[in-house]
Amino acid sequence: MKSLAPPSKPSAEMALDGNKSRKHWRELPSRALNRTGLLAAVAVLMFAVYVLLGSYTVTIPDFFKILVAHLTGGERIPGASFIVMENKLPRAVVGTLIGASFGLAGGLFQTMLRNPLASPDVIGISYGASAAAVTAIVVFGASGAAVSGAALGGALGVAAVIYAISRGGSLGSGGGNGGNAAGNRLILAGVGIAAALHAVVSFLMTRADIRTAADALVWLNGSLNSANWDRAGTLSLALLVLVPAVIALAGPLRILELGDDAAAGLGIHVGVTRLAVVVTAVALAAVATAAAGPVAFVAFLAGPIARRFTNKASLPASAFVGALIVLAADYFAANIAPLLLDGTVLPVGVITGALGAPFLLWLLVTANRKDA
Amino acid sequence: MAVLSAHDLTLKYDQRCVVDALTAEIPEGKVTMIVGANACGKSTLLRGLSRLLKPAAGVVTLDGKDIHARPARELARTLGLLPQHPTAPDGITVRDLVGRGRYPHQGFFRSWSPDDDAAVHRALETTETLELADRNVDELSGGQRQRAWIAMALAQETDVLLLDEPTTYLDLAHQVEVLDLVTDLNRKRGTTVAIVLHDLNLAARYADHVIAMKAGAIVAIGAPKKVVTEKLVLDVFGLESRVIADPISGTPLIIPIGRHHTTANELELVS
Repeated sequence: MKSLAPPSKPSAEMALDGNKSRKHWRELPSRALNRTGLLAAVAVLMFAVYVLLGSYTVTIPDFFKILVAHLTGGERIPGASFIVMENKLPRAVVGTLIGASFGLAGGLFQTMLRNPLASPDVIGISYGASAAAVTAIVVFGASGAAVSGAALGGALGVAAVIYAISRGGSLGSGGGNGGNAAGNRLILAGVGIAAALHAVVSFLMTRADIRTAADALVWLNGSLNSANWDRAGTLSLALLVLVPAVIALAGPLRILELGDDAAAGLGIHVGVTRLAVVVTAVALAAVATAAAGPVAFVAFLAGPIARRFTNKASLPASAFVGALIVLAADYFAANIAPLLLDGTVLPVGVITGALGAPFLLWLLVTANRKDA
Repeated sequence: MAVLSAHDLTLKYDQRCVVDALTAEIPEGKVTMIVGANACGKSTLLRGLSRLLKPAAGVVTLDGKDIHARPARELARTLGLLPQHPTAPDGITVRDLVGRGRYPHQGFFRSWSPDDDAAVHRALETTETLELADRNVDELSGGQRQRAWIAMALAQETDVLLLDEPTTYLDLAHQVEVLDLVTDLNRKRGTTVAIVLHDLNLAARYADHVIAMKAGAIVAIGAPKKVVTEKLVLDVFGLESRVIADPISGTPLIIPIGRHHTTANELELVS
């Protein structure tokens, strides 16, 4: 990472007058803010591309005509109204919301535990949702909302188990160090549980008949196929509660980044704050997974990409990157992949998984080079 | 000003007792050094004094009030702590790091204010880190980084400041620099300072008040000239030594006696 400002110049000016120092104080954060704004703009642009272009192209005036007609109950354009209002737009909205939720969930975990591996899809929370959903599909023949409910319950249940395990004997390691031990234990407990749940899912898949297995597989990959306005509404309601919680936690989280001891010295209740962050992040990941399945790697990638782009850990940037990844990957899956694969439309999770792994490796390689 | 003291303080990790029924006061407006061998409970005592560890028995009071009975943020405006291994988030600048020391002074609705700017500026000035303000913390040398962290603790503007081994991993020149800085702070602002320090010679030189610990209890307490003796070094560290007057400061200087490199006329050192 290169330094953003020449070190000597601003300091000389600051020494001269206090007002200047205030301006410089804003300089770096505002740069990061601009970059976050840029990410938001790109996400909005991707949303527009997603809705307007692709297999069925709508012009911008037509889009607003359709939207106004839909809202005011006016005259509908045959075909176009249905495709935009019942397919493209709800799908884009659900994609944006789950992307943002995954991005925030990953960003919260990664920032709190100071470890890029600590995203809900790596530490087993998504697997908890998957195992519960597949059990519901295969064993109980559930579909639709029941599967989402099972996924939500599975994610929350697994999170509770991981949290309980990671807290056990939390002071046994001496406690004199920076206090990162609890975080590492949480990641290890999560990885272990993810492996066990992976086995459960595999077992259930071998017991299922071929059609049920196919249903379960689509869900396991993560897909926006079942997106509709109901789902978008439920997600919006959940985010209406969770996003303010994230905003309230952002300040304490910035202090928690300095290590548990330093944070406690600055007046943070470390245990309470950490629990609140875990609950919020798990809820975000769980509602997103319940709506669209565990879209692979979105929570994992959004944080590091946002950090790379804005040069600092940023929750809003993680949310925008998450939304951007899901929209771009689903657009690719629906419109570009079929050209390459003789018309096969892939679930979005296959694309995020396939693009995510090499991107992660690239991040790791370049990050090591920077540190060396 | 504020007086920090421990009464019959017992601190435990799990069931293991680390500090046992300890009573001590950190004298107001002075520099106190807590010394002792590895694992004697000195860092644990500092954690107990700074609310990081809840007492198994006894109380820690600040101005007579139990520190655990006060809101954490309010306490953090009077009592500051620089832990041994704080973590700098990736890509954070010195100014941003120091600014985070203002957290206890901000409320849910009261965000960054001109007061905060002024406090950050003063902290950067005192620690001579103004010219580093816009650099990334991870680009700094060990000594510069430690000054940045001390600046963060200064920006908190507390009456009492606790530091856990602030000179670890620093070379000798930087150790002296850090201790000089802390002394400046004590003399200019009247801040009460308590430091856990490994180096007994530097502790003896920079302390107004020494607390020597062994196995979770206080062995000796008082001015360095009275406390730091050959007998204490033997008792606390199990080390034979000669203690002479430091030719620079007049404070006790410990000359360790090992099994090798001892000449026949070693006793002359004393006289």
